[in-house]
Amino acid sequence: MVRKFFERFYVALIILFLYAPIIILILLSFNSSKSRAKWGGFTLRWYKELFKNESIMNALSTTLIIAVLSALIATIIGTAAAIAINSMKKTPRTIMVAVTNIPLLNADIVTGISLMLLFVALRFTLGFTSVLISHITFNIPYVILSVMPKLRQLNPHTYEAALDLGATPIYAFFKVILPDIFPGVMSGFFLSFTMSLDDFVITHFTKGPQINTLSTKIYTEVRKGIKPEIYALSTLMFITVLLLLIVINRRNADKNAHKSIASISKI
Amino acid sequence: MKIRNILKNRTPRSPLNKNTTGPNMPKARWLSFPYMIWMTGFIIIPLIVIIYYGLTNQDNNFTLDNVALILDPMNLKALGQAFELSLVSTVICLLLAYPLAMILSKSKMNSTNFIVMIIILPMWMNFLLRTIAWQNILEKTGIINTVLKFFKLPAVNIINTPAAIILGMVYNFLPFMVLPIYNVMIKIDQDVINAARDLGANGVQTFLKIILPLSIPGVISGITMVFVPSLTTFVISAILGGNKIVLIGNVIEQQFRVGNWHAGSGMSLVLMIFILISMAILSKYDKEGSSLW
Repeated sequence: MVRKFFERFYVALIILFLYAPIIILILLSFNSSKSRAKWGGFTLRWYKELFKNESIMNALSTTLIIAVLSALIATIIGTAAAIAINSMKKTPRTIMVAVTNIPLLNADIVTGISLMLLFVALRFTLGFTSVLISHITFNIPYVILSVMPKLRQLNPHTYEAALDLGATPIYAFFKVILPDIFPGVMSGFFLSFTMSLDDFVITHFTKGPQINTLSTKIYTEVRKGIKPEIYALSTLMFITVLLLLIVINRRNADKNAHKSIASISKI
Repeated sequence: MKIRNILKNRTPRSPLNKNTTGPNMPKARWLSFPYMIWMTGFIIIPLIVIIYYGLTNQDNNFTLDNVALILDPMNLKALGQAFELSLVSTVICLLLAYPLAMILSKSKMNSTNFIVMIIILPMWMNFLLRTIAWQNILEKTGIINTVLKFFKLPAVNIINTPAAIILGMVYNFLPFMVLPIYNVMIKIDQDVINAARDLGANGVQTFLKIILPLSIPGVISGITMVFVPSLTTFVISAILGGNKIVLIGNVIEQQFRVGNWHAGSGMSLVLMIFILISMAILSKYDKEGSSLW
C-alpha cells in the first residue's frame, strides 16, 4: 500500500516536472502585462490580437503546410520502405535499419548543417523547399519505426491466401495488409507531424532568410521578449491536440469494448 | 477454425524468434527504392559534404586547420564544458527515468497513451517556449524564489549557471531516457521473474540478476538518446545560460552565423566522432535498434 503510494507520487512528480512549463505558458497567455516576468491581471486580449498579427499568422501557415506535406510524403515513402525492409533477409535489413537510425541518433545540429551545405553546394536557394526536404528526411525514420512493429505482427498467411485466391499483389496490399498496419501508419503520420512542428534546429539551418516557421520566429524574439500572442497561439494548439487525443482515446476505448464483447459472444 | 484463431492471437511475436520474419511477406524490394534514393541524397551525401567542408579551406585545398580549431583553448573549454554538463544530465536522467520506467512497466497503463503523454503532447507547446518558461521558474524573482521567500528561506541563484542548463537538458531529454528503458522492460518475460522468485531469489536479487541485465539495451539506447543531443545543444545554453556559458554547439552555430562554414564544419566533425562512438556502442548492445521507439 505504502509502496503503491510512493510509486504514484513519483510518477505524479515527474509528470508535474514535464508539464510545469506548459502550465506557465498557458497562464502567460492570459497575462495582461506584456512582460513575462510579472502578472498584470487576466485578459483575453492576446487571443484577439493573435489573428490580426500577420507575421505570426504567416509563420503559422508556413509551419502547418510544411508539417502536413512533410508528414504525408514521409508516411508514403516510409511505409513503402518498411514493407520492403520487413521482407529483406538479415544482412540488407541490418544495413537499412542502420541507415534509418542515422538521423535519429545524429545530432540535430550536424543534420541541419550537413543539409544546408548540400543545398548550398547544389546552388539550391534556401527557403520553403529546402525546409520541406529536410523535414521529410528526419520524419521518414519515425514512420518506419511506427509501421515496423505492425508489420511484424501481421499474419503472413492472410496475404498469401489473398494471392492464392487470385488477388493481384496491389489489391491484396490494399485489402489485406494496409488495414492491419493502418494504426501504425497513422501514428507515423501523427508523430512526423508533431516532430516537424516542434523542430527548431534543422529548420534554423535550412530555412534561409525568406521564411519563418513558428520555432524560428520565436527564436528571433527570445532576446527582445516573446510577443504574448505567441503564448495564446501555443495554448490554442496545445488545447486542440489535447482535446483531439481525448476524443480519439474515448472512441478507441469504446471500439475495444465492442470488440471484446463481440469476441466473447462468438464463443 | 479454432486453431486459426489461436494462431492469430499469438501474433505479438516474442523477441526471441524475431529473425523468422521475412520470406512470407510481399517481396517488393522496389518499394524501398524511393527511400534508398532519399536517404542517399539527403543523409549520406550531406554527411560526405560536411566532411569535405571540414577538411578543406576556402580555396578547396585539403587542410586539417578547421578540425584543429577544436584545440584552441576557448573551443576546448566549450567542448569540455559541454561534455561535463551533458554527462551530468545523462546521469540524472538515468536516475530519474529508471524507477519511472519500472513503475510504468508494471502498471497496466497502455504504452501508446504513455508515449503520447510524455513525448508527443508536450511537443505541441514549442520546445523553445517550454525552455523559456523555465526562466520564469528559475529567475531571481521567479517562482522558485518567490516560494522560498514566502517560507523565509534564502533565495537561490540558478538562472545563467551550469545548473540551469543541466535542468534544461534533463527537462528536454528525460522522455528519451524513459522510453527505451520502458520498451525493454515491458518485453521482459514475467515467467522469468516468477521463476527467479520460485527458486528463492528475493526482490533485490531478482532485480540485480534478472531485471537489470535484461534492461541494459534500453539503458544504453537511453544514454545515447540523451547524451548526444545534450552534448550538441546550443539552444538550451543560449536560453538558460544567458550567453555566459558557451558550449561547443554555441561555438559551431556562431561560426555558421558569421559565414565561417569551413571552421564550423571542421568542429562538427569532432562532434561526429563522439556521435559515431555512441552509435557503435549502441549497435553493439541493441542489435536492431528495437528499444529506440
